[in-house]
Amino acid sequence: MRPLDPRLVRAARAVRVHLLVTIVCGVAVTGLVLAQAWLLAHTIAGATRGAGTAELSWAITAFAAVAAARGLVAYTAETAALRSAARAKSQLRRRLIGHVTGTGSGASPDSQGHGAVWLSGQDSDTESGPHRAGELVTLATRGLDALDDYFARYLPQLVLATLVPLAVLVVVMRADWISGIVIAVTLPLIPIFMALVGWHTQARTQRQWRLLNRLGGHFLDVVEGLPTLAIFRRAKAQAGIIRRITNEHRHTTMATLRVAFLSAFVLELLATLAVALVAVEVGIRLMYGTLDYETALLVLILAPEAYLPLREVGARFHASMEGVAAAEQVFRVIEEPAAPADDSEVSGRGVPAATVPTRPDTGAAPDTAPRIRFEGVGVTYPGREVPALGDVSLSIEPGRSVLVTGPSGAGKSTLLSLLLRFAEPTSGRILLHDPAAPHGRAAEPHPADTATAAAGTPLTAVPVAHWRRRIAWVPQHPYLFDDTVADNIRLGDPDADLTEVRRAAEQAEADAFVRELPDGYHTRLGERGTRLSAGQRQRIALARAFLRDAPLALLDEPTAHLDPESAAAIRAATLRLLRGRTGVIVAHDTGWAPLVDEVVRLDAGRVET
Amino acid sequence: MTPTVEEPDPGAAPARRSREPLARMIALARPRTARFALGVLLGAVATGSAVALLGVAAWLLAKAAEHPPITALSVAVVATRALGITRGVARYLERLVTHDAAFRTLADVRVRVYERLARTEPVRRFRSGDLVSRLVSDTDATQDLLIRGLAPPLVAGLTGGAVVTFCTVLFLPGGLLLGAGLLLAGVAVPLVAAALGRRPGRRQARARGELSTALVDTLYGAPDLVAYGAMDRAVRRVERADEELTRLARRDSVLMGFGAGATSLVTGLTVWAALLLGVAAVEGGTLHAISLAVLVLTTLASFEIVAPLPEVAARLGAIRASGERLFGVLDTPPAVTSPRHGPAAPEPEDSGLRTRALRVRYGVDEPWALDGIDIDVPQGRTVAVLGPSGAGKSTLAAVLLRFRDPDSGRVELGGTDITAHPVDEARRFVTGVPQDPHIFTSTLRENLRLAAPSAHDDELWRALRRARLAGEVAAMPDGLDTEVGAHGTRLSGGMRQRLALARALLAAPRVLVLDEPTAHLDPDTRDEVTADLLTAAEGYSTLLITHDLAGLDRVAWIYVLSEGRVLQQGTHEELRHREGWYREALRGLGRTS
Repeated sequence: MRPLDPRLVRAARAVRVHLLVTIVCGVAVTGLVLAQAWLLAHTIAGATRGAGTAELSWAITAFAAVAAARGLVAYTAETAALRSAARAKSQLRRRLIGHVTGTGSGASPDSQGHGAVWLSGQDSDTESGPHRAGELVTLATRGLDALDDYFARYLPQLVLATLVPLAVLVVVMRADWISGIVIAVTLPLIPIFMALVGWHTQARTQRQWRLLNRLGGHFLDVVEGLPTLAIFRRAKAQAGIIRRITNEHRHTTMATLRVAFLSAFVLELLATLAVALVAVEVGIRLMYGTLDYETALLVLILAPEAYLPLREVGARFHASMEGVAAAEQVFRVIEEPAAPADDSEVSGRGVPAATVPTRPDTGAAPDTAPRIRFEGVGVTYPGREVPALGDVSLSIEPGRSVLVTGPSGAGKSTLLSLLLRFAEPTSGRILLHDPAAPHGRAAEPHPADTATAAAGTPLTAVPVAHWRRRIAWVPQHPYLFDDTVADNIRLGDPDADLTEVRRAAEQAEADAFVRELPDGYHTRLGERGTRLSAGQRQRIALARAFLRDAPLALLDEPTAHLDPESAAAIRAATLRLLRGRTGVIVAHDTGWAPLVDEVVRLDAGRVET
Repeated sequence: MTPTVEEPDPGAAPARRSREPLARMIALARPRTARFALGVLLGAVATGSAVALLGVAAWLLAKAAEHPPITALSVAVVATRALGITRGVARYLERLVTHDAAFRTLADVRVRVYERLARTEPVRRFRSGDLVSRLVSDTDATQDLLIRGLAPPLVAGLTGGAVVTFCTVLFLPGGLLLGAGLLLAGVAVPLVAAALGRRPGRRQARARGELSTALVDTLYGAPDLVAYGAMDRAVRRVERADEELTRLARRDSVLMGFGAGATSLVTGLTVWAALLLGVAAVEGGTLHAISLAVLVLTTLASFEIVAPLPEVAARLGAIRASGERLFGVLDTPPAVTSPRHGPAAPEPEDSGLRTRALRVRYGVDEPWALDGIDIDVPQGRTVAVLGPSGAGKSTLAAVLLRFRDPDSGRVELGGTDITAHPVDEARRFVTGVPQDPHIFTSTLRENLRLAAPSAHDDELWRALRRARLAGEVAAMPDGLDTEVGAHGTRLSGGMRQRLALARALLAAPRVLVLDEPTAHLDPDTRDEVTADLLTAAEGYSTLLITHDLAGLDRVAWIYVLSEGRVLQQGTHEELRHREGWYREALRGLGRTS
């Protein structure tokens, strides 16, 4: 890991300002250290010579001034560092969020959400989406906060560790070249020896870390499994095992630490020993009269100063590297490509912004959904060999409801992802026969024209935001925001008034329980809406869909895992939602079959006939 | 995860001992006092060497400036060199000794915490995985107590006391001055800095919380936001929160810089005052010039003694918070009172299980979780208990598995009340699969043998066959030696449940309690697992607790619980045709036909 990542300097302007301030402060500190040492040596030597308070008063006063200045510089440097750290963190955080949500500068409205597609969970088995989201939240908050240490503690010390030893060396050289040479020889030994020790112990340490991780996790595993242990009457026997494993852990850790502490030992030993050498060597020459007292004192006072910043930098290295690691992780995320290439290509040559508004007026929803035709559509997720969908052809007629059913992993969710444009087909295409689409577009022949294609617009040619405006989606696990009930329902229509919200809730069978909440529609739901049961959350999502008033309704397992009362209410609301709309329901339970117009069975990514 | 009524109630656990948590944590570390004292002593030697080095060197130069014979200097020369070495060596040893003491203490504390947890009711508090991992990290925080909380102030006190004493002997005003300076820099400044930082800390924590909530909403809710075209709004909310936090952090930096500035100022001014007094005393003839050099340079070096102290306050605060949480959990009274060495339960005559007028609640002010339950599981038959979440199903399982005492009523096995015997006696006869059975980070074999430590491989395979897992295990390259990963993540959800069942069968119980065995499985696997569970459970008296209606035509009797009472009971056929919850539930799932 590099002590100063050039990407960090380039990425955040605040970092460049900070570097400049830090260097200026570093130069000031260096000057003050030298001045202080000289004033001390001068005053003590003067007093020893017999000079009185009057004669030395200027030096003593100057020393007070230097002390005050050092306090001031220390304060300024710390304050400035914290300020720049806050700014830099903010800049990195915003770039990260802009990137992963596809709203960052340079992202077209069309690519919105493409960065976040992984969040939709390409398949629910791995739950990679939520997992990744959790990681990102930690990274953007606690992860980046570790940069405080890096900016306020490590970087200033790094600057001092470069400036002070050099300055001390130059001054000591000029005052007494023999001492200068002692310092010049020992100073580089420190990094060399530390590197040697580190290099020698690295492999050993790494091997032990793995063992340590295993042993370290044991206690957590046992405590988590306590109920299971209790059932099998093994709980008491484990106490002895915990002691044994923790002791094993201690042995291994101590073995690691004996080695790991070596590099600090070398540093400390060399630094102190060098000062001792200088003191003895200077003292002896002083005794023989080849050196004057003031110079000797100056050298003695300065010698430890040459080594001090090196020790400090070493001590702070590990803590501050957490922040650097976090920053590196941010860069890794930012450098991932945001939008699939074909998408930008489509929006490039596709619809001019003037023809189709990317952000249509809210409220005026198109009245009908198009006929949607899947033509040999296949999807293979990156890094997977087995396609999630292979060669699916089907047609969704306007105003009719379709149940898509089939076992887990059959590709049901992928089908919905395609309709939501969270994913794009890797083969085949989806065509729209859309009375609402601009005429010019619908008639324009597709390059790979076939007899059937001339009749429809490829879904990819419609701007994503425009398309999604026509969809009301009820996911299997709707996400509720830490906001009021009303604002949660308003998700797709922020300007709706409370009457409209309430009407949507009534239609979704949600009004009754919302009224019973402490503040009714103004009740805050808390983080991730934990206040509500699964069935209630589902009904809030349905209310969103009603308020959205879109012609195409997509529902994912609307009644899975619900108690019978909730399931019945949701079934009623869903049927109400489907009235007059095109509907696609993905569900395991066949209880839906009699209630829809058409049933499609998927198995292993294919339509079963 | 599960209903709010079953969450633990903080009020139910009265704080029995409200002693200072730090004091209690230190008491836990007491067995390691000798080792720790050695560590502190070594630390004092290391820090003291650094200060003494400069003091002795100052004496060496001041004396040498008088051009004495070399023999007058030889002791100082040797001492200087020796101090140059002792510092590094003592520091190295100090770190090893204190770490060793801390790890030994950790072993003690872990065992204590574990034993305490094992004795109290584990089930309810283990509902939340976060809580468990926090408990574990709070336990592990005790190792910080010695290394970063206690050692630095003790070392600083010891060394500081010695250095101040030395300087006082040398020159009384100088010594007092140094003492005052060290107290200022080591105690007063950190305290003031901490006090100054408290309000900004709270302010920023609140802003950080806002930001974190906005981020969680934006990232976890991304699919919903994108689908509904609301991502821009969500990102703006994050940016507003970020702006507020950044503004606060930048404004508060004015306060946060105090510590660094003040420490530096106090150090400088103390040296300056020593210089001023010293020079005046030399002029007045009350102080020898050699002593002046020693005094000033010692003063200059001794501020290193207090350098680690500012971090101690924050560290101790964090450790104290850990201790508070830890003891909060440990002080909870056990939910099961069992005669620890009571009479062994007699072998029950038959293995029919029944409860009579069973009542349980989690606190005096709380509603009854079970309110007079009478349930019969006849010998060798399977009985299902259903009901909406919050009906009391999990509480029933907890009582039967002896994680909780009934407040009144009886649980009888073959006519004997099992709550009258030691807990582990009851578990000889009643075992099962708890909700979220824990799979340990180990091999399949070790996970199975948990239930029967002396079981041979033949027996393991027999249990696996019965749980319908044998085929899959046999197909694995390492067979029974397959590592299952943390929490069994290398197995599928269905395999984990089957493994847990095989483990329960190995324990050779009379009664099997299966608590929501299919809760986290997808619908297809759910039906298969339920079918196999029911087959495997044939011959045992089995209580199946579930909210899933699949396969219930195969059980002998069904109880529907609601709000702690039996709402309906009967066979599948009876209930199917009777107006009520069960029929509604079947209809809701489209399983009426």
